[in-house]
Amino acid sequence: MNDYRGIFADGLWNNNVVFAQMLALCPLMAVTTTATNGLGMGLATTGVLLAANVVIASLRQFIVDQVRIPVFVLLIASLVTLADMAINAWLHELYKVLGLFIPLIVVNCCVLGRAESFASKQPVAASAADGLAMGLGLTLALVMIGGCREVLGSATLFAHASLLLGDSFAFLETTLIQDYKGFLLMLLPPGGFLVLGFLLAGKRGMERVMEKKGVKEEFHCSVP
Amino acid sequence: MITLRHWLKPEGRQTLGYHAALLGGVALLVSTTISVADWLTHADIAQRQLEDLQATLQQVVPARYYDNDLVRDTVTVNDGNRTVVVYRARREGQVQAVCYQITAPGYGSTEMVMVIGVDRQGTLLGVRVISHSETPGLGDKIETTKSDWILGFNGRSLSDPPVEQWGVKKDGGVFDQFTGATITPRSVVKAVKGGLEFFARHRAMLLDESSKGKD
Repeated sequence: MNDYRGIFADGLWNNNVVFAQMLALCPLMAVTTTATNGLGMGLATTGVLLAANVVIASLRQFIVDQVRIPVFVLLIASLVTLADMAINAWLHELYKVLGLFIPLIVVNCCVLGRAESFASKQPVAASAADGLAMGLGLTLALVMIGGCREVLGSATLFAHASLLLGDSFAFLETTLIQDYKGFLLMLLPPGGFLVLGFLLAGKRGMERVMEKKGVKEEFHCSVP
Repeated sequence: MITLRHWLKPEGRQTLGYHAALLGGVALLVSTTISVADWLTHADIAQRQLEDLQATLQQVVPARYYDNDLVRDTVTVNDGNRTVVVYRARREGQVQAVCYQITAPGYGSTEMVMVIGVDRQGTLLGVRVISHSETPGLGDKIETTKSDWILGFNGRSLSDPPVEQWGVKKDGGVFDQFTGATITPRSVVKAVKGGLEFFARHRAMLLDESSKGKD
């Protein structure tokens, strides 16, 4: 039960929220028009996932099966509300960028999913690791999809990153092609599905190649 | 007390009473936490929103137009079936410019909220979008962080361009539309024109001149 390597391998690759579990697709389509938006949404969700997993794991012995879902929903919704208020009050610059996305975390079924399938059965530390791993896996997926859509759609990468991360991260902002006319489809929801489809196919293909070579186990630890 | 002790044992938790108490307890816990958090953050959030408002107003009314506390010098105007809060920029007591919110129908059934600043002569000092739900990468070029388009309103008035040319180029007007998005700029142009007409209708009241006569 303390297989942290396994937990992180699951969260980032084997059981990735987006690429394997196919959860969180609604906020995914909505926010991944740029890599920066994906990163912001991913980090905010990671925070809530971590907190929700810790709270639910520490209360798990009191929560009985029959009423677990309303209890989880209550706890998750209140954590999101707390995050929303705290960021609005004390990290207002960040709130102006992320404000739109924070309430969306409530409807992100991966938070409830992790509470149900992991935190309600596991000790606090393992649940915290799971929340972090799943959140980082989601962030990775959001940034990848956002990056692809942004590059294809508007030929920039991490545009406005300094608004989210502070001026020291302005170097991330790159413009690949000046005066790019824009590829509209990629910025609209269908582009999100297209990119997701190609990335999923790519992941499956990679896994098949890995399996053939018999290096699946080694691959796990090489995932960033 | 007996019930409480009973609930502490796992087999005692399969009763309806425990379920109700658990749900009630959690609800009480989270509502208390949120109340405390609200109490802790309320003043800060109000302050931040005031600062945001101030920052926005400063964008549409340059500082040389006023020496008063812009955010607090307001007048509420009834215009048809809506009320508009107007912020007045005064220098040495005389209203030099006003700014107020206007809305335009946006994507779907959403609204775009903007503030505009207008000087005494009815010339636009600036327009800024506060909130909108336009398509990212297309309609969001109305934001100053994405493009300079909205600055094109500066210095315009109801006579410049003439009323019939207050539209996007596609409709025979003078304002650019965006590639792939005509509806958003069309709506913004129409709302800004509406904002100027509002100024024209209520000029005397907005400039606080109704009692002093004409200047």
